Amino acid sequence: MKSFIAAADDELTIFERSKPGRRAFVAPALDVPERPLDELLAPALRRSAPPALPEVSEPEIVRHFNRLSKRNFDLDTGFYPLGSCTMKHNPKLHERLAALPGHARLHPLQDPAMAQGALELMWRLQQALAEIAGLPHVSLQPSAGSHGELAGVLLTRAFHEDHGERRTKVLTPDTAHGTNPATVTMAGYEVVKLGTDEAGNVDLDDLRANADEQVACLMLTNPSTLGLFETGIEQIAEIVHGVGATLYYDGANLNAIMGVCRPGDMGFDIVHFNLHKSFTQPHGGGGPGAGPIAVSDRIEPFLPRPQVVRRETAPGNGRQGPYYDLDYDRPKSIGRLRGFQGNYGVFVRSYAYIRSLGAGGLREASEVAVLNANYLLARLRREGVAEYLPAAYERLCMHEFVLSGTPMKRALEIKTLDLAKRLLDHGVHPPTVYFPLIVDEALLLEPTETETKETLDRFAEVVAEILREAREDPEIARAAPYTTPVRRLDEASAARHPVIRQPPRQD
Amino acid sequence: MTRYTSVTDDDLREMLAEIGVGSVEELFSDIPASVRLDRPLALDEGLSEQEVFEELRALAARNVSVEDELTFVGAGMYDHYVPALVDSIIMRSEFLTPYTPYQPEVSQGTLQAMFEYQTAICELTGLPVSNASVYEGPSAVGAAGYVAKLENGRRRFVVSRGVHPHSREVLATLAHGWGMELDEAPLVDGVTRLPALDADVSAVVVQQPNFFGVVEDLAPLADAAHQAGALLICACDPLALAILRTPGECGADIAVGEGQPLGNRLDFGGPSFGFFASTEALMRRVPGRIAGETRDLDGRRGFVLTLQTREQHIRRERATSNICTSQALNALAGVIYLSWLGRRGIVELAELMIQRTAYARERLGSVEGVTLVHSRPVVREFAVRLDAPLEQVIARCRQQGINPGYPLGRDYPEHAGCLLVAITERRTRADIDRLAETLGTAVAAERREVAGAKA
Repeated sequence: MKSFIAAADDELTIFERSKPGRRAFVAPALDVPERPLDELLAPALRRSAPPALPEVSEPEIVRHFNRLSKRNFDLDTGFYPLGSCTMKHNPKLHERLAALPGHARLHPLQDPAMAQGALELMWRLQQALAEIAGLPHVSLQPSAGSHGELAGVLLTRAFHEDHGERRTKVLTPDTAHGTNPATVTMAGYEVVKLGTDEAGNVDLDDLRANADEQVACLMLTNPSTLGLFETGIEQIAEIVHGVGATLYYDGANLNAIMGVCRPGDMGFDIVHFNLHKSFTQPHGGGGPGAGPIAVSDRIEPFLPRPQVVRRETAPGNGRQGPYYDLDYDRPKSIGRLRGFQGNYGVFVRSYAYIRSLGAGGLREASEVAVLNANYLLARLRREGVAEYLPAAYERLCMHEFVLSGTPMKRALEIKTLDLAKRLLDHGVHPPTVYFPLIVDEALLLEPTETETKETLDRFAEVVAEILREAREDPEIARAAPYTTPVRRLDEASAARHPVIRQPPRQD
Repeated sequence: MTRYTSVTDDDLREMLAEIGVGSVEELFSDIPASVRLDRPLALDEGLSEQEVFEELRALAARNVSVEDELTFVGAGMYDHYVPALVDSIIMRSEFLTPYTPYQPEVSQGTLQAMFEYQTAICELTGLPVSNASVYEGPSAVGAAGYVAKLENGRRRFVVSRGVHPHSREVLATLAHGWGMELDEAPLVDGVTRLPALDADVSAVVVQQPNFFGVVEDLAPLADAAHQAGALLICACDPLALAILRTPGECGADIAVGEGQPLGNRLDFGGPSFGFFASTEALMRRVPGRIAGETRDLDGRRGFVLTLQTREQHIRRERATSNICTSQALNALAGVIYLSWLGRRGIVELAELMIQRTAYARERLGSVEGVTLVHSRPVVREFAVRLDAPLEQVIARCRQQGINPGYPLGRDYPEHAGCLLVAITERRTRADIDRLAETLGTAVAAERREVAGAKA
């Protein structure tokens, strides 16, 4: 839609819309005797000038941000098959629930006796996640997947130290998310990378060669980021446990296996969940999420403080009946990873999701996620896409799969990036591109269970159409997109000459 | 079929045929039978939307929120008014439901909002670099500590006792993994007194205002840190920065803090966001997403994620942080809120809090059996000592619908019997008067009981 406002005006920042004297905020009346500010706060302690925030009226703020919003692609509007990110539908009920004042306006330092509903919800969510993971103890504290990973590796460290051991290395497959090796370094360990075999599994020989008494942990995503289930998971667990290391489950791909199999039953000691993936949280353009962890008995003593616990009687008055409490008395705990009790608003939504789906619904979600992924892969094949974009591994996939754009690049002279950008012109968000790193020109597609067959059909047709178009004129894809609010952006110059804030106002 | 999936029987038949398998079960054939779950999950079956709503509403009803009582509890999160436009904007699906802006051509809304947010945080902190958010306040202190470690590789932090206990504990948790240790700098007369700093101090960590609400004189602390070759990390209350000399002006290298006071609800502790600002010198070590300005093919202005070689998805084990998903939507609420307050409004709000807090200090300080713990300047929070059993006094106040403050004894044994009282713009003079009267009555009653027991 053409706006009657010039394009340049559309691009103004809220700071550029500022005009001295305008305002949206009117302070409540000063109802106490006013004292000279100098008396309360000496000038030497005060800033020299007010922060140059925008001066704008309420209508301008609303219009500015609403117009900005229209420059975004979003899940509520279109297909978002972003591999590894599990862009499933976000039920509207969850926003209504999270906004109830009893949840939204509860102070984190409220006396537990006055926050029994919140603590019970957290306790029940812990119980449900424990059952889904097949591991008995859960901490909800970590704020995101990578935060859960950090918790998990620090738990591993505490576990080994408790046994008088100082191990130095953590193993991660070469297919791992970047957060895994980054976490290992942040937790003070050295990363050892494991190879992948021809079938797409962890190379067991490489694992055996690297598994020694210096290894603290193996971090594994299963199904892997290739969308493949590690068929050798039992041997992996045996090798890792054989050298006294822990086995860590990166829960990014849990959406494939809920109710089908459980990390705890595979031998994992520590699991993190991405509540914003498997348990549907609006992604908000990059958060918030939450990264709870589930652990085995031997890891439990080290869980972060405080833990949400259920007591049989209330402390103090000894009243009978369940009482939900925060337990700080955990002498072996690794300590806190963040303030307060975690991202409670996220817990409300994920708990609602688990209650809506129940045991059968969670399993069905995983089954349909896997069905949709395999169907999309088959459907792309039927469109003749495989000639240019073959599956990286010819196996049944789980909830996501990887295509390689190498033949396309060779035959059609368009890269995976070009295909992704051309998809934008068709109103589809591209898959994850150039990840996993071990597949050249990779595309990682995760349709999720909440998409219809028709959407998947349409996507396959669009990909085929783009390839047909590229056969005739590759330049079209190479210069795409055309219909988006902006076209390809110069990322190199942005990094070379970073402009990361509005230049300060000169006045 | 669940209400969030849509595979009909016909769909299923067609899809299985297309795949070339006979059943959904077959799709899972790579999973060894020995690790499969041979029973349903031990969870209740699913409920209708209405039933789920009723259940979670009933849970909400068992919480006493800031709507149900008159609260003076702060200690890191505060009951501020969140304007209606914040909810209206962040609930738009275009902001609520996209992923991290990996495809900038269709993410200009999120990216530009990040750029505007970064600008606002730079303005508040007086520092030239801001990222697009970290998880929340205390973990932001931990993230700042990691930058210091990367920057100078030294092995100790000196942390003021005035830093939020949760922040100190997070830093200790993480520092253990880095093989680093924490020393504590004591508070004297309510403000940080630094010990002599030696050459193995990586950073000095302080909070502004500190946990007791007292305003610290940051500049000498920064000077002392710099003389020892250490960084100064300052955790700050973003609303107090409307009026206080900024960390940047005082020479801090990193300013972080809890963003909840900026347009985010309490949510029993999260999600909110943490802000992270630094000097230019540290720009390439800053954790997390940063949006930057650039041009598109046609020369139009646009925004991208930039300086990504710091980040885990590019640099992997050499990244400056492992952070990926952060708090974009909460930071968006933050920049909307700051735009709403505006240049003059934020100062007016801070001044209102200072005036009402001064009034509250005077009112409570004149109550029999209540004394102020510190006399130095504060912005919106202060500590009082009660000459009566604290728990019982609180219980009496709560019978009158008042939560008088946060008991300091758990975190500060030396301040057992003290309350930390927070005043936001939502607490009026009448509320403060009611607190003073109720607290006075409760303290008097408890003192009578103690005296009676002694007699």
